Amino acid sequence: MVGITAYGAYLPRLRLQKKVIADANGWFDSGLVGLGKGEKTMCNWDEDAITMATEAYADCMGRESGQAPAALFLASTSLPFADRQHSVIVAEALNLETADLRTMDVTSSQRAATSALLSALDIAAAGNGEAVVVAAEHRLTKCASREEMLFGDGAAAISVGTEGVVAELVTSFTQATDMIDHYRAEGEHFDYGWEERWVRDVGYMGILRRAVEGLLSKAGVDAADIKHFILPTDQGRVPAMVAKRLGIADTAIADNLLQSVGNTGAAQPLLLLAHRLEQAEPGDLILLTGFGQGCDTLLFRATKAINSKKPLMGVSGHMARGVAEENYNKYQSFNNLLDKELGKRADTDKTAFLSAMYRNRGLVNSFIGGKCSACDTVQMPKHNYCVNPECGAFKTQEDHPMSGVTGHVATWTADRLTFDFNPPAYFGLVKFDGGGRIMMDMTEVDPDTFDIGTEVSVHFRIKQIDSQRGFRKYFWKAVPAA
Amino acid sequence: MARGIKDKVVILGAGCSKFGERWECEPADLMAEAFEECIADAGIEKNQIEAAWQATGIDQFSVGPGAMPLSMALRLPYIPVTRLENYCASGTEAFRAATYAVASGACDIALAMGFEKLKDTGYGGLPQRSRGVSNDMYYPNLSAPGMFAQLAAGYRAKYGTSKEDLKRAMAHVSVKSHANGLKNPKAHLQRAITEEQVLNAPMIAEPIGLYDCCGVSDGAACAIVTTPEMAKSLGKKDLISVKALQLCASNGEEGGFDNWDGSYVATTRIAAKRAYEEAGVTKPRKEISMTEVHDCFSVTEMVTMEDLFLSEDGGSVKDVLDGVYDADGEVPCQIDGGLKCFGHPIGASGLRMLYEMYLQLGGRAGDRQLSDPKLGLTHNLGGFPHQNVVSVAIIGQYGV
Repeated sequence: MVGITAYGAYLPRLRLQKKVIADANGWFDSGLVGLGKGEKTMCNWDEDAITMATEAYADCMGRESGQAPAALFLASTSLPFADRQHSVIVAEALNLETADLRTMDVTSSQRAATSALLSALDIAAAGNGEAVVVAAEHRLTKCASREEMLFGDGAAAISVGTEGVVAELVTSFTQATDMIDHYRAEGEHFDYGWEERWVRDVGYMGILRRAVEGLLSKAGVDAADIKHFILPTDQGRVPAMVAKRLGIADTAIADNLLQSVGNTGAAQPLLLLAHRLEQAEPGDLILLTGFGQGCDTLLFRATKAINSKKPLMGVSGHMARGVAEENYNKYQSFNNLLDKELGKRADTDKTAFLSAMYRNRGLVNSFIGGKCSACDTVQMPKHNYCVNPECGAFKTQEDHPMSGVTGHVATWTADRLTFDFNPPAYFGLVKFDGGGRIMMDMTEVDPDTFDIGTEVSVHFRIKQIDSQRGFRKYFWKAVPAA
Repeated sequence: MARGIKDKVVILGAGCSKFGERWECEPADLMAEAFEECIADAGIEKNQIEAAWQATGIDQFSVGPGAMPLSMALRLPYIPVTRLENYCASGTEAFRAATYAVASGACDIALAMGFEKLKDTGYGGLPQRSRGVSNDMYYPNLSAPGMFAQLAAGYRAKYGTSKEDLKRAMAHVSVKSHANGLKNPKAHLQRAITEEQVLNAPMIAEPIGLYDCCGVSDGAACAIVTTPEMAKSLGKKDLISVKALQLCASNGEEGGFDNWDGSYVATTRIAAKRAYEEAGVTKPRKEISMTEVHDCFSVTEMVTMEDLFLSEDGGSVKDVLDGVYDADGEVPCQIDGGLKCFGHPIGASGLRMLYEMYLQLGGRAGDRQLSDPKLGLTHNLGGFPHQNVVSVAIIGQYGV
């Protein structure tokens, strides 16, 4: 039996209130006013597909370092580099065992994640071990566009394997068709789309519906027996229309979360799958579709183990921890959609020194410190000499992963002089439980509850953006416990 | 222990430019301004100087690397000149190098010059700069006030001081320095402020507000040192000698090991202990007449009072508010206005402090002259509270 063995998700904490988009742009396009209900997830300035993918994997698989899946695939259409494999960054941020680890970025389509999932299932079915697909999307949209109202940011992770299966793969069916409901040209930030009615009638009601029929026929399953029907789309009425045509029950239709999360693009199929898996019962048939230049369809059946494996927080947990954001300008700023005066302190040279980055990737990518084999003292960063003045031993530091360790704030400030995309910049000395400490950046700080002694965990985030050379640097930041 | 530096070297002359936003001045102009005062005070010819040290903190923003800037600015007579950089302790480092050169007998007369041209950046505050290729990958996104604000958090945590009490004591520090700066014609900032102004100023880095920050200034300061014998042979009387010169650099233990709580600066305590021992000071609060400390931010000065063992641990809030360090207090601090109001051209600051102590000890400090000071202490702190370089110098009347 091959199938899903674990699942998880990540949603940015910030939730843009759609009313503020409507308030800002309704004068220009009154059609937007009707969409101005509810909220959508938005990345903080220091979040992107990489950082969210790291979090979603951890939600699915835990933060223990040294995990050794056979493969890690990352699906997204909003990856920050055109040529640098992002799944490797994610693997190092998770401190996975990277020897004999297959990595791959799957992109260029809204069905990238379902296609990656099909390949991951093949790897697992071939007996190679567990394969994890992470899908993450940080979606840029034009000011005053319909997409701005409907798109959200988020990530999900699905692990597949042959042991501990919570939902077995029944079968799959894929149709490849070059129907361009929208596209994004190389080097462009924004989608260019065609009329919704055409996409609905020819795309969802046509190509997708026929692919599902192909799947059901292949599986010998009656549409009425489907318990979870996942049709990712930003067209609110489409899932019900397609379900009705296919004979799938209303109760099976997965909520696209358009009023709470937004459509997370290539991540949406896995996000909705992770959401439905939270609610599935043994024996439930789960039908997943991924639409884009054709359609992937996958049919799963929940096993008796479905309730035995839960994500750390899951889609529901992440949905419940939102922080309302009512500043539209902040949304545009965080997404670099404005020609904004950042001040002279933002002008400094931010060259990434790639050879030095490679040397330091244990610290920078994986947040690995050192533990002295002579006296057990933990220190950040690792060093030739033990920091304990009673010890001081030379070359006794063993790698000590700190990314899953919680700590407490010993000193801090909120700095309004230094340049930050989201001032004030919080940073301070963090003392880790079990030893070790470091002066580090902090993010997602609530000034009303934050002070000395606040518990924090550390998370992989964007540290600096070098817009001159198109590079971004990542490091770990302390985030106060929610 | 080694015998130390006490009374082996005297200050033959000292000079200091006007500090401030010297838009019209090149670094060479600032150096010449300080040097002309200094050499006239010393009463020697330029060609009697046998070696020189130049202190600049941030060469990229002033004159570039190397020691030519000083040698060329003063047209020094082809002597050994060395550039020194050691964070905010750079000026005192140049003085230390010149003092040690004279003490060693390698030369009889040496010059220490510190300067900085900070106001060519186009924005307020210190220039943004790299902390090193690898350090930049993980150091927090910091400014100088942000780093020193950490002291306030650490201090509050340790002593349970309320934010309000701490902020009031910090405000008193700044009000006092502004009152002192008012009497100093060379000071960058020469105006009085009120506690209310400090408390209501815009926040820079919690809890450091605008008036908790020192001035960022252009300026130069210098000193010429020699042996007591040479000074006497030149007809000098009432000599001012070096009593102690200590430096301490962090090794990473404060930031990396669990024995530092963020409420003090460990290196200041170590350097101060060594300096008192070198100078033979056993009761600092009684014996030290006055101090010029590194008040980059008000909270730094407050904590430094404890680190120099002038206040008890946890006692500086009360001592500051009681006026112990005011101009008419028990141990006046920043009688020239300090970094706060005299200004902080980084490389010059250590020498500016020594310049003031030298004037005070010689009874030549004008309106701000203290009554009969015996020992003056200067202190520089460069870097961050958890990793830094600290210098402590003590000077006083020779042979006393």
